[in-house]
Amino acid sequence: MKIDPHKCVACANCLPICPVGAIYIDPDLGRAKVNEDACVECFTCYRSMSKEHLNPVMVRAIRKIANIFRFRFDPEPDICPTDAIVPQELTWPRIVRRAFSDPQVPHESTGIHGRGTAEVKTNDVTNRVKQGEAGFVIEFGRPGIAARFRDIQQVTQALADLEIDFEQNNPVTSLMTDVTRGLIREDILNERILSAIVEIKTRLEQVPAVLRRLREMSREVDTVISVGVSTRCAADGSDPLGHILEEEGFPTYRGKTNLGLGRVTRSGPETPAAAME
Amino acid sequence: MTNTLHRYSDHYAFERLPNPRPVRDDYIVFAMASRDVNDDNLVEKYRAFLRLAMKHNPVNIGDATKGGMLRARQDLNPIAHWKRHSLSAPDRVIAGIEGHTTVATVFDNYEAMVRFVDDLKVANIGVSINISAPIDEARRCCEDTGITRHSVEYSIGFRGRVDKLPDANVLELSTMCGHGMVSSNFAKKMFDWVKENRRTPKQAAQYMARFCTCGVFNLTRAESILNQARTMNR
Repeated sequence: MKIDPHKCVACANCLPICPVGAIYIDPDLGRAKVNEDACVECFTCYRSMSKEHLNPVMVRAIRKIANIFRFRFDPEPDICPTDAIVPQELTWPRIVRRAFSDPQVPHESTGIHGRGTAEVKTNDVTNRVKQGEAGFVIEFGRPGIAARFRDIQQVTQALADLEIDFEQNNPVTSLMTDVTRGLIREDILNERILSAIVEIKTRLEQVPAVLRRLREMSREVDTVISVGVSTRCAADGSDPLGHILEEEGFPTYRGKTNLGLGRVTRSGPETPAAAME
Repeated sequence: MTNTLHRYSDHYAFERLPNPRPVRDDYIVFAMASRDVNDDNLVEKYRAFLRLAMKHNPVNIGDATKGGMLRARQDLNPIAHWKRHSLSAPDRVIAGIEGHTTVATVFDNYEAMVRFVDDLKVANIGVSINISAPIDEARRCCEDTGITRHSVEYSIGFRGRVDKLPDANVLELSTMCGHGMVSSNFAKKMFDWVKENRRTPKQAAQYMARFCTCGVFNLTRAESILNQARTMNR
């Protein structure tokens, strides 16, 4: 993302809007600038700030006069008055930043918006996580800290040693060069993203071991990790997972519950076999 | 919709609190179809979901590809600084659905969620339906509506460099958009503005809601948090 210095009036409205704090007022230029290394290309500033399209020369003149008298204008905080924020054309590998940071861009590997994962949200029709199994969604960078793929790889490598399977239909897995060792392609390791989700599946008995490994690895990485753990319920709606998590000392207050109201309404050659189970 | 999984509350404090406050005003129900499984007539299915939701007075509804009931505008004029229209537009959300997405609705009370889930059961739309809320409340909702839970996913909180995170009040607001589109710095700015009486809690909540790109920002809860924080009652 760029800020057009010819249009910017240094009102600083966009500074707190940036989820990773990548925008600052350049004291020499007297205009807002984007720290390109820190920017994760989430497009929040460009997309979500309302625009006025005012004449920058006029706005600067008014601001200068007001400043002389120490007047403080109290503008709406979510408006870019001169439409100064301009997206750049992104090329590889920087384009990966947007794919993982802008939730309105669907991931090519899964076709899903947001973080590109289905988890157990559609488990009632895909049966991806079965009884006796646990699915993990391990999210890096959330909330608002951001992460580099180098950090993510540290953890995926450590997890690959355990008895787990990386979810094939996942944006991070699709960027791995060696799934058995948890290696991510080298040319994106330094790319900074707002967040990415690694998905793994394992047996319920393995849950404590995975949690302990995650606990260890969370001390090694330079970002925040938020974790969700899922399972399929028994026929009476009960689940053994909550108890396991509590025993390991993790909070289980909040979560998602799939109501099982989904059903297969298409049947054809493309319907996944699991969906028909 | 992992974006609704990790909404911060006292239960996820980094140092365990002896009496965490229960969350009783934040219930999300969302619908998601699977490609080539139940995505036939998809737009109508999603619209039916949201139309049913509107009968129960949700505080927000959204389409993950377009946004919620409040959105940014590209055509404002300077009058907006004095007279801003902040009318929510649920019809625009419903009409704007074009294809694969996730649609969500947010309620600020348990009873509304139960009535909605009851309606969904009868409507039998066919796409996957999930509740994102305190697990026990979702379980109670299933019992009250005669539904057997299919799968559950627990949020087990934040690990790693939590020292980089802002304070709990700011986190409660900013994690209402789990995609991270409501920045912590902006949430902090809104806290300060409310405290300085430069904006009302309702206005501050509306500013933040415009940044949430899938419409799961809970305006009622945000207003309540801002109100309480104004008097340091949190």
